Formats: sequence, C-alpha cells, structure tokens
Amino acid sequence: MEIYWVLGIPLTGGLFLALWGSRRNAPEINALFSFLTLIAAAVLTARIIDQGPMVVGGEGWFFIDSFNVFLVTLTAFVSLTTALFSRPYMRIEKEHGRLNDKRLRLYHSSYQVFIGMMVLALTTNNMGILWVSMEGATLATVLLVSLYRTPASLEAAWKYFILCGVGIAQALFGTILLYFAAEKVLGSGGTALLWTHLNGVKEQLEPTVLQLAFVFLLVGYGTKVGLAPLHNWLPDAHAEGPTPVSAVLSGLLLNVALYAVMRSKVLVDGALGNDMAGNLMMGFGLLSVVVAAFLIKRQTDVKRMFAYSSIEHMGLITFAFGMGGPVASFAGLLHMTMHSLTKSAIFFAVGHATQKAGTQVMDGIRGLIKTNPTIGWGLMLGTVAILGVPPFGVFASEFLIITTAMHEHPWATPFLLLALGVAFAAIFGKVQPMVFGETELPRLPHMPALAPVFVHLGLVLMLGLFIPPYLAMWYRQAAALLGG
Amino acid sequence: MSIGILLQIAQTLAAILLAPLLMGWVNQCRAWLQGRSAPPLMQPYRVLKKLFHKDVAIAHNASPLFRFAPYMIFSCMALAAGIVPTIANDLAFSPAADVIALVGVFALARIFQALAAMDIGTAFGSLGARREMLVSFLAEPALLMVVFTASLISQSTELPIIVETLAHREFAIYPSMAFAAVAFWMISTAENARIPVDNPTTHLELTMIHEAMILEYSARHLALIEWAVALKLFTYSALGIALFVPWGIAPRGDLAALPLAVLALLAKMIAGGATLSLLEATAAKLRLFRVPEFLGTAFLLGVLGMLIHFLLEV
Amino acid sequence: MSLTYHLQVINLLAALLLLISFAMLSQRRIVGLITLFAWQGAALSTSTALVAWSTNQHHLYYSAGLTLALKVIAMPWFFYRLVKKLDVDHDVEPMINIPTTMLIGIVLVIFAFNLALPISQMSGTVMRSTLGIAMACVLLAFLMMITRSKAIPQVIGFMAMENGLFFAATSATYGMPLVVEMGVALDVMVALFVLGIMSFQIRESFDSMDLKHMEKLKEL
Repeated sequence: MEIYWVLGIPLTGGLFLALWGSRRNAPEINALFSFLTLIAAAVLTARIIDQGPMVVGGEGWFFIDSFNVFLVTLTAFVSLTTALFSRPYMRIEKEHGRLNDKRLRLYHSSYQVFIGMMVLALTTNNMGILWVSMEGATLATVLLVSLYRTPASLEAAWKYFILCGVGIAQALFGTILLYFAAEKVLGSGGTALLWTHLNGVKEQLEPTVLQLAFVFLLVGYGTKVGLAPLHNWLPDAHAEGPTPVSAVLSGLLLNVALYAVMRSKVLVDGALGNDMAGNLMMGFGLLSVVVAAFLIKRQTDVKRMFAYSSIEHMGLITFAFGMGGPVASFAGLLHMTMHSLTKSAIFFAVGHATQKAGTQVMDGIRGLIKTNPTIGWGLMLGTVAILGVPPFGVFASEFLIITTAMHEHPWATPFLLLALGVAFAAIFGKVQPMVFGETELPRLPHMPALAPVFVHLGLVLMLGLFIPPYLAMWYRQAAALLGG
Repeated sequence: MSIGILLQIAQTLAAILLAPLLMGWVNQCRAWLQGRSAPPLMQPYRVLKKLFHKDVAIAHNASPLFRFAPYMIFSCMALAAGIVPTIANDLAFSPAADVIALVGVFALARIFQALAAMDIGTAFGSLGARREMLVSFLAEPALLMVVFTASLISQSTELPIIVETLAHREFAIYPSMAFAAVAFWMISTAENARIPVDNPTTHLELTMIHEAMILEYSARHLALIEWAVALKLFTYSALGIALFVPWGIAPRGDLAALPLAVLALLAKMIAGGATLSLLEATAAKLRLFRVPEFLGTAFLLGVLGMLIHFLLEV
Repeated sequence: MSLTYHLQVINLLAALLLLISFAMLSQRRIVGLITLFAWQGAALSTSTALVAWSTNQHHLYYSAGLTLALKVIAMPWFFYRLVKKLDVDHDVEPMINIPTTMLIGIVLVIFAFNLALPISQMSGTVMRSTLGIAMACVLLAFLMMITRSKAIPQVIGFMAMENGLFFAATSATYGMPLVVEMGVALDVMVALFVLGIMSFQIRESFDSMDLKHMEKLKEL
C-alpha cells in the first residue's frame, strides 16, 4: 500500500501546486509534500527490510526490492532537502527580479511531478512504463531548465530536450527489441514486459536480439546518465537552470537513468551468459571519467565545472557496475549515495555563492570565507568530500572501486587514477581561490540557510567513518541483486 | 513469324502516326487547365504539314551533319517507338527490345541533336547542347535504375518479358515499382523537355534547353525534329505503360486480344496525357541549378526502389 | 509472390512511408514538411489498421486510432497554427545541401536494412520484412533533425522518428502492450505542449526561430 502513497503524494503535489501554486506559502507546501513523500518512502523501506522484495498491484505493476527502495529513499530525501534549500533561494531570486509568481508556480508544480516521475521509474515493474516515466521526468524538467528565459537557458533547455529526446528514442527501440524477444517466451500482452517475469525466463531470451537491445538501451538511457560522448546536454542544463534544479538533476535524475541501465543489464547478462554488457558499460564509464576530468580543467563557470564532475562520477559508478561482482556493485551503490548527497550539497553552496556574487564565473567569486564563512566552509568541505579526501564517504567508495579495478582489470587503473588526479588538481585549484582568495567585498549581513548542506555533508562523513550494519546489509542485498 | 512482322509494322506505323495526336491532346488538356481556349486536337499535324511545304533555309557554314541529323533523330525515335510493346508482345523485333538498348537508342539521338546544335556555332545552339548534356547525363543513370528495378522483378532486361511478368502472371503489388514510377515521372519530364525541367513553349534564353538547340532548323528538318519530339513523348508514355500499367497488352500468340489492346492503349494514353498536363500545370519550372538536384532525387528513388525490392519482394 | 493482398498493401504502405521520409528530407518549406508529416501519419495509421484487421490483433485498432487522432489531425493542425502565429514559413536551406543529404540517406537505408535483416528473420509477424523500413525511417528522421537548424523542422523530425519507432513495434511484434503505447502517446502529447511553449519563448528572446543563434553554449 505504501507504494501508492510514495507515488501519489508527489503527483498530487504537482497537481495541487499547479492549481494553487501562486500562493505565498507555495514553497512551504512544496517542502511539505516532499516531507510526506519521504515519510512514505521510509515506511516502504522499513517494510521491504522487514519482508523482502514484493510485487504489488494488478498483474504486478510495481516491483520493489532492496535496490530500488534504496534509490526511492535517496530520491525522497534529497528532494526534501532541495525543497528546503530552494525556499529561501527562490525567494531571493524573486527579489532580484529573475523570477515571478507565475514561473514559481511552474517551478513548484514541475518539481513535484519530476519527483513523482522518478519514483514511478524506480518502482515500476514494466520496462515500457520505465521508458515512459523517464521521458516524463525529462519533460517535467525541460521548462525548469529554461525557467529564467534567458537566451542561454533556452538554448540549454532546447539542447536538453532534443538530445535527450533522441537518446530516449533509442531506448524506446531497445525496449521494442526487448519486448520482441520477450514475446517469444512469455507470449504477447502486457505482462511480457514485466521485469520480474523477464527475470524469471532471462536464460531463454534470444541472445542476439538482447545484445542489440542492450546497445540501444545503453545508448538511450546512457544519454540521460550523461555518459561520454553523449553528455553534451548535461553541463548546459546544469549551468543554465536554477540551482535547485541542477541539484536534483545531478543528484537524482542521473541515478534513475543509471538504474534503468542496470535493470536492463541484469536481463541481458542472464540471456547472454557473457560479459558483453559489463564490458560496454566499463568502456563508456571509463571514457566518461577521462573525458570529464580533462574538460573540468577548461571550465570557467562554477556550475558547469561541477556538472562535469557529475559526469566523471557517473562514469565511475557505471564503470563499477560494469565490473560486476559483489564488491564492485557494493562500491557502486555506495558511490551513488555519496555522490547524490555530496553533489547536491555542493550545488546548494554554489547556488548561494553565485547568488551573492551575482555571477557564475569563477573569477568573479573570491574570498567567500571572509564575506560569508558559512558558504565558504560549505563549499570547501563539499569540494573536499567530492574529491575523495578521507574521511568522507566518497573516499571509501572510490577506494573500493579502484582496488577492485586493480584486482580485476589492472589495465584500467592508470586511466582512473590519472583522471581522478587531474580532476582533483583542477577542481581544488579553482575552488581554493574562490573560498580563500583576497576580496574587497564586506562581510554580508544575513546568514544563508545552509542547513541542508551540512546535513548532507554530515551524512557523507558519517558513512565514511562508519556504515551502520543494517545499512551495509541492505547495500549487500542490493549488490547481490545486481549480479553479485 | 509473319504475324510478328505484320504486327511490328502496324505498331511502328501506328506510333509514328499517332504520336502528334498525343502531343495535341496534351497541349489541349494543358490549355484547358490553364483556362485558355485550347488549340484543336489536330494542330500538330497542321504544323507538320505547313513545315513540310516550306523551303529549307540553312546557314552557310552548316556541315552535312546538320542536314543529316534530323533524319537520324527521327529514325532513332521511330525505332524506339517500334520496340517498346504498346499493343502486342509478339513482335518481330522482340529479341532486340532490350531496355538497355532502348536507353542507348535515346542516347544516340541525343548525341546527334547536340552535335547538330553546335554545328552552326551560334551561342544559343551550344548553350542548349551543353544544358541538354547536363540534363541527360543525370537522367540516363536514373532511367537505368528504374528499368533495373523492373528487370529485377522479371529477371530479364527484355521489355516483352518484363511486360509478360508484370501483366500476365499472378497479380501482385510491387512496392518497389511505386518508387520507380515516381522516379520515372521525374526522368520523363527531363527527357521530354517538359515542366518542371524545361518549358516546351518558351524561347526565353535564360531557361530554354531543347528549343535552344533547334533554333537554326527550318521547314522539313524542323518538321522531322518536331515529329521526333512527339514520338519521344509517345515512346516514353508507352514505356511507362509497359512498366507500370501493362495490363491489356496482348500476350504472345493471342490475336483475339488485339482489339482490346488497342482500346486499352487509347484509354491509357488519354489518361496519361491528361495526368501529364495536370502535373505540368501544377508544377513550377525549376531553376536550372535545381535540375541536378531534381534528377539526383530521381536517381536515388530508383536506387531505393531496388533496395526495397531486395527487402520486401525476394 | 505468395503473399496475400492485404499484406502486399501493407508492404506498399511501408514503402510509401520510406518515400515520405525521403520527401521530408528534401523538403525546404516548413508547411510542406507538415503536410508530409501528416501523410506519413496517415500511411502509418492505415497500415496499422490493416495489420489489425488481417491478424485480428484488436489492440492495434486503438493504436491506429491514436495515431490518426494525434499524428494526422492534432499535430499537423498544431504545427500549422504555430507556423502561422510565428510567421516562419519561408524556404529554408538545410545545413548540408539536399543531394548530399539524400546520398547519406541512401547509405543509412542500406545500413538499416542490413541491421534489421537478422532480427526480422527471427520475427513471427506477417510483416516482419518491413522492420528494415521502420529502422530506415528512424534513421532518416534522425538525419533530418541533424541537418535542420530551425526549431519546428527539428521537432517534426523528432515526431517522425517516433512514427518510425511505432512502425518498428508494429512490424516486429504487432505493437507494444497497450498500456505502454498509451504512455508513449501521453509523453508525445506533453512533449508537443512543452515544445509549443518553448517555441514562443525562443521566438521571444531571439526574435527568430533559427537555432543558429544558439551557439553560445559550447565547449572548445
């Protein structure tokens, strides 16, 4: 039953905010809906931990296991903190005259629909509906990216729509091929695309068709993950959209897209009985890590830089999942969590920093530690965390991924280490003067609301030092589901 | 065999005699569609008669080639009209009725036309010849692609066999022929100097192609060339009929089907002429620079037709 | 030919679909493009209905109806209105000249036919051989999106791609499950809505629908 709550709350929220979204307390309502979603997700999680995987609804429309319930919780959590962050942030944007009530209504409504679509993508059992909801999530965010209506933001939104649209069309073709293979074994009709049914008969699915299907699915959903060379939309959309949107795109949407790839991979692995899917993912992942690391160096816009950092980390996670095996999958899941929490925290801090400086160009932001220590520390700690400095959790997951790579695919290690090194030097070198550089500006009077940043970073720190046993067990279960 | 010879003679004569009539019909339809009062159906015959009665005027520096060309062009067209099956499939020249040879016959006529146009050395003549060569250089491969599509279906490049396959075996829809038909229409407008590639009624120097080449001709030479033009249109129509709507052409050794075949031919020609003038009336003349694109499209459609054949019909 | 007549008609419609795809590739005017798009939708809808009739797959009737309503009536109408409102109907030169585009198109068609061959041999549907055409349509629509610099032709290319995918689903498996098809149709409708809004926004801030103005954001 909880599943309907998890799905229903954000979608109701979207409708409600579309109708009454221009009220003054719309941001609070937005946060409230996100909070309710989180509660429902927590109850759902408790139930899954207690009772194991379950299939609910009609012919089995929804399927929840350790893997996706963990992502549902993460999504609900980050959506709540982002909603809390966006409350003061969007108010200031409105005071600056960049937004008005009508656009804020659009923002709040689309935000909830977007969360709802992601939860639907995560929990649906039907590979076709998975596609539909992924596309729905894209559509919900297109207008958010162009929220400021500046030429650059429109360009970014157009690019986002067209590139992701083309990409996702490939995924639809992959889904058609999957159905084509499934129909032979399961017969035609709605149930042939249900993941649980497919998973049961995956050994009988036609290998050649699934091979082709996986290529299309990987290219399609991979576009949304931001894997190189299909990543072009990502930096633009992140840099030009409002900061809360950047945070949820980076922290959540990329995960959900990767989730879609993983669900397909499990089926393909079963049908093929070889490492074709894993190898492809490793290749794309490694390429993304390297390409992104070297592109980070040339960035001047702070949000673009962190967008490339997202590509790098998604590449790393894809690589980890591509390697397969319990340890690598565990590390991939852990890194997914860490990246979501850390990257959204960074975007929160960056959002306030750019808002105060009035520019996203890094040369224009200097001496945050003097003008506003909270933002300065938030940004610095977030950067240190995402770069994988111990004792933050990112260190643990990266360490696990690299040691596994050394052990199983030694050839890849130099590339990974080199890329991580380049990214480290580039990001640190650029953020350091932003935080500690000289500035003439006076100390800002009011305090920003940065509680979400420190909550996220606190969690990342805690997970770096100590993973609670039930959480570790949960990760292990999910890792086992991914073919551990 | 003797029946074959008789039929052959009859068909060739019929083609030669009826060709101006088709031209007259197309002109009449076009005039109606353009809202003008139409010239009489027999107008082309009157023009020919008038031209044959005039005295020939020839430039001083004309070579014998110039005089010889109209006869050559006319006989090429007459030969072409003879080998395309129009009413019967059982003709004396049947073994020679190969589509590739047919394309060659058209090419021969064209070469003489272009040489004669350049012979006098006027600016218009060579301009027209060059444009004609450009157009035909693009149209010919496209035409070959179209006939190859038909040959792939019937496994032969001989027209009678193609007609036999398409008309007299079990009825089937060939999607590839749809592509070929569109391509064929595009090619025939180019080859017959019709809109949208050329305009047979204009003498505007910027746009004319075919008319530029025959400016220097007069009297019986001009009459022969005009007649050959009419014959070419007739032959192309017959070829189109043979490839795309061959039903009604009398099969081998079936003399009883002949009257019906003649009626079918008449009906098809009337319909075809009307369609041609309708297409001409609705289309706009292309700029010369767009012609390569137009014919390139025709070529691609021909190729597509062949590809479709391999995908859907094998 | 041992194929039944309705199957032959379906094949003919498939060929027509490909023909229209090429025509779209070579079309310079936006209004012409919209008309061709409507025709493509009509061919698609007719062939789907025919498949439904000849194989007794009743859910395909819904898909055919959906295509008719969306792709033949609603979308072209919407596009016409958009073009009229934004006043953008001029001859538009694509970024690559048309003969070259067509040549690339032919190469894509050959590629698609080859790619589809092994799959269609496995398929059990009566119209399996048209899978190659469906894939070719997808690729051609993709090519059209790449070669156009204007917003509306890009969108039409996107929708034409959807047409191709839909046809692929019909020819390989008699269509996707109904619930998925409904979802896809819903997405397409929302996408259209979003794009309509965006067209106006683009027009407002660039004073033109030419995406060539959108070259600010790029690497290198």
